[in-house]
Amino acid sequence: MGYFLGLLCALVVFWYTMSGMNEPLILGLGAVSVIVTMILSWRLKVVDADSSPYGRIIAFLVYWVWLFIEILKANWRVIQACVKADLDINPALVKVKTVCRSDLAKTTFANSITLTPGTVTLAVEGDKLLVHALYEEDAEPGAFDEMDALSARAADGRHK
Amino acid sequence: MLTDAIEMFHLARPWLGGIFCLIGAILTVIGTVGVLRFPDFYTRLHAASITDTAGATALLVGMAFMAPGWVVVAKVAAIWVFLFLTGPTASHAIANAAHVAGLEPLIGRMWRDTETESEEE
Repeated sequence: MGYFLGLLCALVVFWYTMSGMNEPLILGLGAVSVIVTMILSWRLKVVDADSSPYGRIIAFLVYWVWLFIEILKANWRVIQACVKADLDINPALVKVKTVCRSDLAKTTFANSITLTPGTVTLAVEGDKLLVHALYEEDAEPGAFDEMDALSARAADGRHK
Repeated sequence: MLTDAIEMFHLARPWLGGIFCLIGAILTVIGTVGVLRFPDFYTRLHAASITDTAGATALLVGMAFMAPGWVVVAKVAAIWVFLFLTGPTASHAIANAAHVAGLEPLIGRMWRDTETESEEE
């Protein structure tokens, strides 16, 4: 039930941000669409702990700030690789073992790798991720350990 | 004075927005150059992710500076969040499709001199 209340709040806030209008007709239409969305997600049975991690929002925000700085740093390397007069890259395919246990944590970790320029997750099998990297140096063993531990902590809330 | 600072900020806003939009456009062009230059499918995907992350962020920051009100800033922020949530999912879907289909990535150091156009591994 708590998850449905959270979904209701999130939908109302999102709808109001997108519309920003206060006329009764528009508000009524918004209420109807929120209710229809609630009924549909109830019928699809997608409302559970993994799809609505409201309790972890602050942990995710902290993680997001860290990830954004990492993304900017990685961007700089790939930009250099793109505009350098001589093509100079060293692509590699590596297997990364993760400590993440829940699906949400694994998704967060795999998406963080993909979001960082220079590395893309190709496949997830159990607790192993297949990662393609633009530079082999960026994907050495241990290069993803910090991201792994931080995404596990943000999504699972456990240490290590 | 605070009011002076706010007024200065409002004067600088279009310029700041324009600078950020220009940076975003340049980053997007760099991403496109990378897509055209890199040798195989997987490496091109990396170049495209510049457009996805830094390019989109700079463009959206520029748009937020030029926005007429807070509602528009909130909308731009929502667009940014959704881009960052859906972008990697789409990239992963494309990369995973290529991997499942059996496309072999080029591995190892690649180096090409622009003058001689000779390729080495």
